[in-house]
Amino acid sequence: MKIRVERDGLADAVAWVARSLPSRPPVPVLGGVLLDAGSGEPTDALTVSGFDYEVSATVDVPAAIADGGRTLVSGRLLADITKALPNHPVEISVEGARMAITCGSARFSLPTMPVEDYPQLPAMPQFAGELPGEVFASAVGQVAVAAGKDDTLPMLTGVRLEIGEGKLTLVATDRFRLAMREFPWEPSGEVGDTAVLVPARTLAEAAKTLGTSGSRVELSLAEGDGLLGLAGSGRRTTSRLLDADFPKYRQLLPSEHSGAAVIDVAPMVEAIKRVSLVAERGTQVRLEFVDSVLRLSAGGDDEGSAEEELQVEYTGEPVTIAFNPSYLLDGLGALRTDRAHLSFTTPSRPALLKPVDEDGGVAPGYLYLLMPVRLPG
Amino acid sequence: MGRSGDLPRGVDRYLVKDGNWPDDTGCVVLHVDMDAFYASVELRDRPELRDRPVIVAGGNRGVVLSANYPARRYGVRSAMPTARARLLCPGGLFIPPRFSSYREVSQGVMAIFRDITPLVEPLSLDEAFLDVGGALRRLRRTPAQIGQQIREQVFAAHRVTCSVGVAPTKFLAKLASGMAKPDGMLVVPRSEALDFLHPLPATALWGVGRRTAEQLARIGLDTVADVAAAPLPRLRRALGVAVADQLHALANGRDARAVRPEVREKSIGAEETFEIDQHDRELLRRELLRLAERTTATLRSRRLRGRTVSIKVRYADFRTITRAHTLLVATDVTTEVHRVACQLLDEHVPAGAVRLIGVRVEQLVDHDDAGEQLLLDEPEHGWRDAERAADQARTRFGSAAVRPASLLAAHDPAARRGPSAGDDLPAAGGPPATTGTGGPGRPPGGRRR
Repeated sequence: MKIRVERDGLADAVAWVARSLPSRPPVPVLGGVLLDAGSGEPTDALTVSGFDYEVSATVDVPAAIADGGRTLVSGRLLADITKALPNHPVEISVEGARMAITCGSARFSLPTMPVEDYPQLPAMPQFAGELPGEVFASAVGQVAVAAGKDDTLPMLTGVRLEIGEGKLTLVATDRFRLAMREFPWEPSGEVGDTAVLVPARTLAEAAKTLGTSGSRVELSLAEGDGLLGLAGSGRRTTSRLLDADFPKYRQLLPSEHSGAAVIDVAPMVEAIKRVSLVAERGTQVRLEFVDSVLRLSAGGDDEGSAEEELQVEYTGEPVTIAFNPSYLLDGLGALRTDRAHLSFTTPSRPALLKPVDEDGGVAPGYLYLLMPVRLPG
Repeated sequence: MGRSGDLPRGVDRYLVKDGNWPDDTGCVVLHVDMDAFYASVELRDRPELRDRPVIVAGGNRGVVLSANYPARRYGVRSAMPTARARLLCPGGLFIPPRFSSYREVSQGVMAIFRDITPLVEPLSLDEAFLDVGGALRRLRRTPAQIGQQIREQVFAAHRVTCSVGVAPTKFLAKLASGMAKPDGMLVVPRSEALDFLHPLPATALWGVGRRTAEQLARIGLDTVADVAAAPLPRLRRALGVAVADQLHALANGRDARAVRPEVREKSIGAEETFEIDQHDRELLRRELLRLAERTTATLRSRRLRGRTVSIKVRYADFRTITRAHTLLVATDVTTEVHRVACQLLDEHVPAGAVRLIGVRVEQLVDHDDAGEQLLLDEPEHGWRDAERAADQARTRFGSAAVRPASLLAAHDPAARRGPSAGDDLPAAGGPPATTGTGGPGRPPGGRRR
């Protein structure tokens, strides 16, 4: 193999692929990136790929190919090197078991790993539909925040993607909160109505890098193979689906409420952060609604206490309801609007946060359900 | 720390006997330690064995839990592997422990203490500190007289003996009871605390084990007097600031710790040593269920919940690993603790012959004063309620009344025996979960029954 590529394109491609590589690969080849010159489509491109049986990432970089070929080198090392290269064209050549990188006056020589030992990259699955990059990125961000981080409960570490009735629905829950985003979309018709569970971490990562504004994200699915594909901005990634049952959540969504408040998000966020300084690790902040006043308080006699009052629009009986402050902050942050609609029935039943649009109405399409903390006594 | 047989010179004069009553003014801390407790309870019911060496021990692979004084003459000590004890004392009578009896006697003895003062700090089933400062006027007795009264009442009610240390501080009281053993009492007069303390070897200080003793010896400090006289900076260099400061204070008779009636646990757990090393993962998982059940039953009975679940695995070669997982929300639910424990086992414990396995729950919160994060799909009556009902049934009908189906006898090929060997001695006895107090509350070494 002997090729010449632009430094920036190469560095970006390698950095993006290397991100999804395992930090401690079970076998060394899985920590590698595959460089393939000239054998793919288009033929005047270097294809950079990585795969660890869970996630694959592939990106093409325009290249002048003198000699085609494939080689495998350590992804971390190559990412570190390309990031540090000076701004000159990069020449890559493979001689025997070593790969040489020349850029300006810098020269590197890396050992290669046997390409034969590298797993076959999965093909992109069946095209299911596409949507604007920024819509996809923001929807995933709004939902993934509620996914579980506890790997001992794998069914809660995913984002559920539902395709059906002209809608795409994303939903995630860690049982303490649940976030759901729904929007209309045009399916390709090649994939029937379905629901799959995608690892939240992978999806959030992919959405961030694929969902640049102005781009389109293509979604593809092979349910039988347990594979999701995402493509956009010249990048393609696949992820294995989680084989687990997602909680039957629709029946758990509250359909009515007895109290509701419209709250300005920014002052609320500031106040929660202040008040929860005295809430020992993970304990609750109390929200007391009386007429148009929301009194936030936390702590107690032993550890110090704090309270703060905010003006809100509230309808309902006076009530005190408590939440874990970081879950509440996550929800307020995920709304992406200046005002929030918080509704609830009793202090031990689920509460709902929804975005409020410019006209003061509840904006459809997103909800963040939050389970309260039951107060002692 | 010695026994009365090999008391340091001059200490005799502090013993309460033959009408000798040392000055006990201001000696308000009592340390009461049952003599060879488990063995004594066994002998109480079988007095004909009194002069024979009797050793209470858990199974072949367990450890000596208690040995009577005839057995100790053969060199048998608590916490020694049973196999070693059998070699030292082949003629000894080895008895399996009956924790329910010990607990019963222990509760009776602690009740006697609490009649005297509410300031009782139990260290385990068989020893406690008492602060009798507030009881002197009410009882119109001196501390040593109260100690004598306790000894008489304990023997009259339970036919077992105890030894009492009477001193101005916890540390000295604990030392004194050790020297009074068996069936004795020793008073460390306030004015003679340093005379009593200084001739003792440095190992008498709380916190000085073999390692620290070696470090002290290396800088030429062999006795408590040496440590007391050593410049603090020099001690700190040798031992680190925290240990040095603590030892220096103790060696100079300073010990400000109060008798605290309730020591709040930092963790609650249970562990099991197998009779035969176990490879079978299914069996280990089942054992984890049993241990999780024990642990969470203790949590529930104390109205505590914990956020961190840890497991401990000791292999046949004594290599020991501990792995922990922290939950988002504190739990006292058996199924949840068991689920996490199994996950830790599956992901972090390589295959091998397992000698001991344990479950522990840490980061405890009292759920009477902490809120409870509710769960989205939690049924109104979930596992917690089922387990509470089972706890109640067990309280009324015994521990076998309600059990997880997978723990029924047919599934249980592993022979069971008592508590296990290792650094984690059964602090509060075997079957109920053991509690760890962490911190410096518990004096190392010097435990005997």
